[in-house]
Amino acid sequence: MKGQVFAITLVVMSGVATFIMFATTMNSLSFTRNKFYRDYNFADVFVNLKRAPEGLKDKIKNINGVNQLETRVSVYAKLDIKGFSESVTGKIISIPDDGTPLLNRLYIRKGRLPDPAKDNEVVINETFAQAHNFKLGDQFAAVINGKWKNLTITGIALSPEFVLLMKPWAMSPDFKRYGALWMSRKAVSKAYDMDGAFNDVVLTLYPDAQLADVLRDIDNILGNYGGYGAYARKDQISHRLLSEEFKQLQMSSKIYPIIFICVAAFLINVVMSRTINTQREQIATLKAFGYRNLDVGLHYTKLVVLIITAGLLSGIAAGIWFGKMLGGIYMEVYRFPYFFYKVYPGVIVTAVLISIASALAGTMHTLWRAAKQPPAEAMRPEPPARYRVSLIEKTGINRWLTQPSRIILRNIERKPIRTFLSVIGIAAACATMLSSGFFKDAISFMVRVQYVLSQKEDMTLSFEEPTSRRAIYEIRELEGVRYAETYRTVPVKFKFGQRSYKTVINGIEPDSRLHILLDKNLKNITIPPSGILITDHLGEYLGVKAGDLLTVEVLEGSKAIRQIPVVALAKQYLGVMGYMNLDALNRLMNEGEAISGAYLVTDSNYQSQLFQKFINMPQVSGTVVRNNEIRNFYDVQAKGMLFFTFIATILASSIAFGVVYNSARISLSERSRELSSLRVLGYTRGEIAYILLGELGLIILIAIPLGFIIGYGLCAYVAHVTASDLFRVPLVIELHTYAQAAVVVLISALISGMIVRYKLDHLDLVEVLKTRE
Amino acid sequence: MNKSKEKYFHVRDLAKIYKMGEVEVHALRGVDMELYAGELVVLLGPSGSGKSTLLNIMGGLDTATSGFVSYRGKDLTKANEKELTEYRRIHVGFVFQFYNLISSLTARENVAVVTEIAGNPMAPEDALALVGLTNRLDHFPAQLSGGEQQRVAIARAISKNPSVLLCDEPTGALDSQTGIVVLKALERINHELGTATAIITHNVDIAGMADRVIHLSNGKIVEATVNKVKKSAGDLQW
Repeated sequence: MKGQVFAITLVVMSGVATFIMFATTMNSLSFTRNKFYRDYNFADVFVNLKRAPEGLKDKIKNINGVNQLETRVSVYAKLDIKGFSESVTGKIISIPDDGTPLLNRLYIRKGRLPDPAKDNEVVINETFAQAHNFKLGDQFAAVINGKWKNLTITGIALSPEFVLLMKPWAMSPDFKRYGALWMSRKAVSKAYDMDGAFNDVVLTLYPDAQLADVLRDIDNILGNYGGYGAYARKDQISHRLLSEEFKQLQMSSKIYPIIFICVAAFLINVVMSRTINTQREQIATLKAFGYRNLDVGLHYTKLVVLIITAGLLSGIAAGIWFGKMLGGIYMEVYRFPYFFYKVYPGVIVTAVLISIASALAGTMHTLWRAAKQPPAEAMRPEPPARYRVSLIEKTGINRWLTQPSRIILRNIERKPIRTFLSVIGIAAACATMLSSGFFKDAISFMVRVQYVLSQKEDMTLSFEEPTSRRAIYEIRELEGVRYAETYRTVPVKFKFGQRSYKTVINGIEPDSRLHILLDKNLKNITIPPSGILITDHLGEYLGVKAGDLLTVEVLEGSKAIRQIPVVALAKQYLGVMGYMNLDALNRLMNEGEAISGAYLVTDSNYQSQLFQKFINMPQVSGTVVRNNEIRNFYDVQAKGMLFFTFIATILASSIAFGVVYNSARISLSERSRELSSLRVLGYTRGEIAYILLGELGLIILIAIPLGFIIGYGLCAYVAHVTASDLFRVPLVIELHTYAQAAVVVLISALISGMIVRYKLDHLDLVEVLKTRE
Repeated sequence: MNKSKEKYFHVRDLAKIYKMGEVEVHALRGVDMELYAGELVVLLGPSGSGKSTLLNIMGGLDTATSGFVSYRGKDLTKANEKELTEYRRIHVGFVFQFYNLISSLTARENVAVVTEIAGNPMAPEDALALVGLTNRLDHFPAQLSGGEQQRVAIARAISKNPSVLLCDEPTGALDSQTGIVVLKALERINHELGTATAIITHNVDIAGMADRVIHLSNGKIVEATVNKVKKSAGDLQW
């Protein structure tokens, strides 16, 4: 029985390990995050605005619920890094001149804070430092309010504000091309003429503060100072993305272990049923001697406990090991100054409880049946199995079926529940494998839709401020620019009924060749001269469909409020926003022909030159290269996906192996007499292997397509649960992913089949002549 | 001995030793024997006398420790597993004490399971007719009595038209009345098809229907007698 016990232990171990891995990683990241936030006073509320006098600080401080407050100056600057010719942007945040920020404090990994007396000292974030191999004392140039300045690195730091540092509207972090920089308030204010003023506020609240009231009161105070609206920590991008990650971990910690534990319950049930069946005479004898039902039950319970314990202990060890590895992978992207790997007792207790539950589910009925049978009845040989012609044979295909094939079909039909559960078990393995490949396919599809079908520009140029459309002529004249289109981006608030959402409207040129909007079938949508298109997910959130009137509140400039008809919903997987004809948007803004930037098609031979040109253009705030975005995205995802594929393969293989091996072993033990008889009658080893393994082969053939269906459903559920305004995962599964899932299952089944085949080849033929059925 | 008939089995100095842990069991200790075409031979002896071991080696199910066994000139002691399987497939019919039918197949299908792989078989229905089971073709073993199951087993064994029929305690699990029915079937097959038949039994009465009776004891042939007057199976009583 050791092979079967091993197979079950493997499945229990896999289920427990998966659960422990996801649960401990989530708990550890959560604990680490909370500690970091707490120790470094991460703000509760954030505000970005154009400019407000420092005098307003006290007014904001007096808002009911506000605890601590800090005003800052934060700006974006173009950076020039020696040896790196591409466009780099830095977000500069001021730190108080007395040295230590009150809120969003810095963890200084190396060095020190900048000297407020020096205007060229800077602290940079760790990922940026590592990406460029910066050391303390290194220098790089920055365009600070139109003037070149050489900055010296005095410190390398981490901040709770930038656990995940991402450029606004980017698809993934770009550690090389975007960094966070901290400079003294004095230096930044002087450079940007912000003495006595601020454009950034962070604050913490008292525990009993009413968040909505605080946000409203802040907006009321700062609304006239170019504010885009206060937002809470839950909408702060770094925190938000980390929270989405937690959501996924939580979901994974529930789904996958359930699959394993159900499979384990089934396997335990099959093995225990068989064991108790073959030992019924011994059980009867013991009961005849006076052993109670409870004694018999306890005896077999001990066997089950042994199997579960082995799986539990090894699963906990494996889960902790995997959890640490997974934590390490997260730490490469989400930057905490430390990582506390936590194994809460509750997680272990939950693992124990669900393992016990699976064991009980698998054995209760069998144990009860064994215990309740009267001894005399149990001592009698079991009545012979009743067979009948299978349903399939009744269709008339009988004449083409050999006797071995009939044996296979009738055997399958005789135990329909066991056959069904075996099919489900193998299907679950296939589904598990499918779900791991699905993410890779979905991401590839997202990239294809976003960056091949929809966005066709090589480079996106952004201006510091909305600029006259005439600026595009200068851009078009640059050597290396083959084609250019303008765009405008305006921050807005959409309102429909009781719901509202803050985002931007992208104004695109009519007949744009570089920025194509797609409908739900990924067909091009032509931007009409008037009206607005919004992302389909946003439409769903607001309850808006084509034809409805959407209230648009502009958050800058004219601050116009208009009702604009929704023309269509655009298919988009990343972010949510609105789209309008550029001219229509400018009419809404009532500012003439203004643009926020340009989409460019460039000659790659001139790319470095263009970067240099743009860095010297004061009106240009930065550039984004499409290919870099794509490459970066895959680089960031790669390690995580590889790890998940590795884990999923192990897990799926263990289920497939466990179910197939167990079924084959039980089948062999139940039918060894029959198979040996056929050997005696002249059947070859291969012919009797066909009978035993053919049954399993048929089960696998049914299970794999079913696994595809279950896997598809699982992926659909995952896609639905993970959908948010940040991204939506398309339900796309490529053919090769289906093939991979099938191959993993087939190989696992083949290995277990080979092991059983070996036992089959060594059946004792002589023994069978003397034994009764 | 029927020297005019072809010699099917030639056994010389056959020995078989089993290792049971530390102990060596000498199941056969130098057995010499022949079996001729068309003969019905009974191997008689108490439990542990070596009769099953001898049958198993003759049937290609077991290998000898030393000695020589040939079937129609082919040396079985030198045959590999594949050759022995082929030998059993074509030349040997087996009847077991506990029938060893395939419980998921009907009587007809149990016979067909052998005819499907045989080179020159008879129709399953004809084989079952020979044993008087024409009206039980589509019954499963669970629906047949012990005697009927054994007769299905006999039909299965002879359906491939084997040269040799080896029966290990064919009536061992049956009452005397049913046993006689089974023996009648074996007798008929031996007589009508001319199949050389060896029957193992510890029941002395059954020896009366044989051409020859070979007595085994303690792994050796202690006596070989010829029945000058054979009893018919119907006349046997125990």
